[in-house]
Amino acid sequence: MTISAERPTEVNDMGDGPPDFIAQPKLRRHGLLGQHLGTAIIGGFLGYILGHWLGNYIASGYPYIANSGQNSIAVLLALALMVLGWLIGIGALNYPFAKMLGREAKGEVEYQGWTRYFRYNLDHKVVGIQYVVGVLVFFFTGGLLAMAIRTELLNPTVHVFSADTYIKIVSEHGTIMMMMASSVVVGPLGNYFVPLMIGARRMAFPRIEAFSFWIFSAGYLVIFSALFFGGFPTGWTGYAPLQTQAGPGMISYLFGFAIISIGMMAAGFNLAVTIINYRAPGMTWSRVPIFVWSIIATAALLTLASPVLLAAGLFGILDKTVQTAFYVTEHGGSSYLWENLFWFFGHPEVYIMALPGFGIVGEILPVFARKPLFAYRIAAAGMIGVALLSFFVWQHHLFQSGINPDMRPLFMLTTELISIPTGFIFLVGMGTLYKARIRYEVPMLFCMAVYFNFLIGGVSGVFLSDVPVNVTVHGGFFVLSHFHYTIMGGLIFAFFAGLYFWLPKMTGKKMNKKLGLWHFWTMFVFFNLTFFPMFIIGLLGQPRRVFTYAKNLQTLNDFSSISAFLLGASFLIFVANIMWSQFISPEKSPANPWDSLGLEWQTATPIPIYNFERIPVIMTDPYHYSEPGAPALADFGQATMAASASPPSSSTSADQ
Amino acid sequence: MAPETTQGETNHFRRIVYIWIALSVVADLLFWFLVGPHVPPGRMTSSAQGDQLDFNILFVIGLPVLIGVWEWLAYAAFNWNAKKKDAPESVGGPKAWGNKRTEVSWIIVTSVVVVCLACFGIVELVVLQGAGGGEGPNPIWYPHGAIQAETAALAGTGTWSPNSNDVLPVQVIAQQWKFTYRYPTFGGFESPELILPDDTSIAFNVTSLDVIHSFWAYQLEVKADANPLENNVAFTRTQQLGNFVVRCSELCGLWHGAMFNYGTVVSQAAFEKWATATEAANAANTKDLPPFAWTYVPDANGAAGGYYPDGNVTPYSPVEIYGAKQPS
Repeated sequence: MTISAERPTEVNDMGDGPPDFIAQPKLRRHGLLGQHLGTAIIGGFLGYILGHWLGNYIASGYPYIANSGQNSIAVLLALALMVLGWLIGIGALNYPFAKMLGREAKGEVEYQGWTRYFRYNLDHKVVGIQYVVGVLVFFFTGGLLAMAIRTELLNPTVHVFSADTYIKIVSEHGTIMMMMASSVVVGPLGNYFVPLMIGARRMAFPRIEAFSFWIFSAGYLVIFSALFFGGFPTGWTGYAPLQTQAGPGMISYLFGFAIISIGMMAAGFNLAVTIINYRAPGMTWSRVPIFVWSIIATAALLTLASPVLLAAGLFGILDKTVQTAFYVTEHGGSSYLWENLFWFFGHPEVYIMALPGFGIVGEILPVFARKPLFAYRIAAAGMIGVALLSFFVWQHHLFQSGINPDMRPLFMLTTELISIPTGFIFLVGMGTLYKARIRYEVPMLFCMAVYFNFLIGGVSGVFLSDVPVNVTVHGGFFVLSHFHYTIMGGLIFAFFAGLYFWLPKMTGKKMNKKLGLWHFWTMFVFFNLTFFPMFIIGLLGQPRRVFTYAKNLQTLNDFSSISAFLLGASFLIFVANIMWSQFISPEKSPANPWDSLGLEWQTATPIPIYNFERIPVIMTDPYHYSEPGAPALADFGQATMAASASPPSSSTSADQ
Repeated sequence: MAPETTQGETNHFRRIVYIWIALSVVADLLFWFLVGPHVPPGRMTSSAQGDQLDFNILFVIGLPVLIGVWEWLAYAAFNWNAKKKDAPESVGGPKAWGNKRTEVSWIIVTSVVVVCLACFGIVELVVLQGAGGGEGPNPIWYPHGAIQAETAALAGTGTWSPNSNDVLPVQVIAQQWKFTYRYPTFGGFESPELILPDDTSIAFNVTSLDVIHSFWAYQLEVKADANPLENNVAFTRTQQLGNFVVRCSELCGLWHGAMFNYGTVVSQAAFEKWATATEAANAANTKDLPPFAWTYVPDANGAAGGYYPDGNVTPYSPVEIYGAKQPS
């Protein structure tokens, strides 16, 4: 374990006996010294200036982009060096550089106190919290853009934005939301809870983990920079040749997706290795919590699908900067190449954005139903099945594009087949609720909403997969509504279920239930009122990404817009709840507020840096609810956790 | 989960199933008779009618699925609520871990439904000759006589007359941000409006001069992406007179939202009259157009709305709108 050699103290990862750090804590408090977010911002700024100058110096007058005054090489180098400067500034490259120079790395100490959240920190729990904030920043930025879209669509003839601004808002909204959604659960909850759930002291590659967050946040800067370069007009799908035609903002899009895909690969690879290798003794594959199953299925998709996006993005960057012709049909390239590469990534991406939601729901339902997870093996099989099949369906995005026509029956079949493993998730949920004793806490309500919403999303997906029906609904508001039902109605609802469920563990503070209920009901009602009319709007013939539409669709569009504003407002309740419960009037949470049997609840709060004093030996699966005399979940050894408020053995069988 | 009939205990499963069947039958009947006939995009063409049937059948199968899960959630939410006074305790243990019979029957039922749906979709796709979707340059499902009509159109020898029952080839040329239509059987004249004869099989040959567009004739239920240098063919058969709207349904840049126009299906005689009149009126302009071809290379200077790598907008060239590329 050389990887932990330069930590303040040698840590015994295998857990025979208490680790040394408990005996001799050498944790540093640095205040504002050292490297942190501030130095990262400075580094990014300097990198940007340097890159921009360099690009103009080496390629002055060569490939200027029409009507922008920008040199595409300068834009690319500015963004690339900005990311590099950001990473250097935060300290992500200290370790590799030091090692390359043959020195021991300095500076990777475990900081204590609040400043660690602004640093390159190797603790998976700190990275998890950083990710929570990161994805919320992404989410709220994208959400504000959505409000702008719905404002424009209030009236078909009176325009708030110019056609140009509108299409750029739409594109930015889609891209930011997709980037956010690919990490929204894996990043915060995956990083935070996977090691705790499998009984590990840390992630397999803590540096890669921290790197994945900081490159993810750099991706935000890059995609956001598109707005300052005049935006890009292609939507989140970035189809060539429109991509080739677009202004410098397109480089932000291509480079941003490349950066994000590197972060996705890093996060996925790290999680997969951790889950495979760092499970505690006794944590067999049939005892792994279902959330961990969903994360490993997602991790496989992240690792295998993201490289395709990276390659596609790099081709696009080459086309735009050094005039290659990967996507330029009349010079020997093909616009179909981008479509196929993009969707070959893009469809697994859709399941990257669904599977973790299934995992959260599967994890939370038994806690509030007080019943074991019904058909655990079916649930795991469903997730693996979805992950495998997701690589074989991408051409259903191209049914009308003029692909080889005999591909259409094949992809219609594979797409409809994927609803079989997805159906498993519904069987599991319905079985778990059967003759249960349901407690309606906020996380449980969000979970039940996931089933409600995702069902609409899933059934409308079958309509889309049917080629004859697809002719009408492809590229219209129907498909827009469909994927908002799956991603927002499924994943984002599940994310909030997870947040309400696990925040008391992450911060040790309760969330306010009353505000939580207000948040849930407003979000649930207005989500459905916003997106359900869009199915009808789509069937009545409104294409996506238009700033004007048929007059007779105004009533429906207005209804949808007003609901969307109220949906946006519901997140203010969430922000208020966070502010109130976590900062203004914090209330200490009980150690195990939901009486969960999960391993993550049986550590002390706050969780010690290395999670478990001794690596627990897992005795059974974590779903023995309502089963008197069930075996204890885990054997924590003779030494119990010092500060633990929940003795591990007492909560395993008594669940009322 | 499977029915466990203990004496004196409510059989929840059976009750849920009965309610489900009743609700599903009512909902399906209401949908089929009240909503079904009005489902867009109507019945203007064979593909529209086929799509309406497909949509309705999917809906009739989908409704019970929706109702089943929602009913289950609602039933559980009200009956097995921990706050209810007489709420029984949850029962854990091996019986709650799973039930092989339920699992197997669930898998079988969902698989059968899904495979049947896929088979039905494939049959519809073949019967409707591609269902109005773009089949690319080499379609494998087409109406009788389509290949001959297309070949003749390219050679410039194609003809179409009322009651001949010939397939009418029409070319759709998309560019930022308008559609133009060429009628190869009438001397290859170009028209900004799409007029079609009733009761006729149409072969739409869709191509683009710049970026990817999508030709979506909503009421005709035809949608085919317009790709540069690619001929994307879609078929349908008109069967009602009336107007329809054409919209671009693939994001194509700034004025994507404004890229729409209207078309009309008229009687065969009226169509022939219009076509021959327009052919004669446009003859002088048609001479200046490139010869009819499946695809056209955009002007190297980007005159047809292409991109401008040198940063200068080349003035629109009035004569050579686009250079023609003959199929090799």
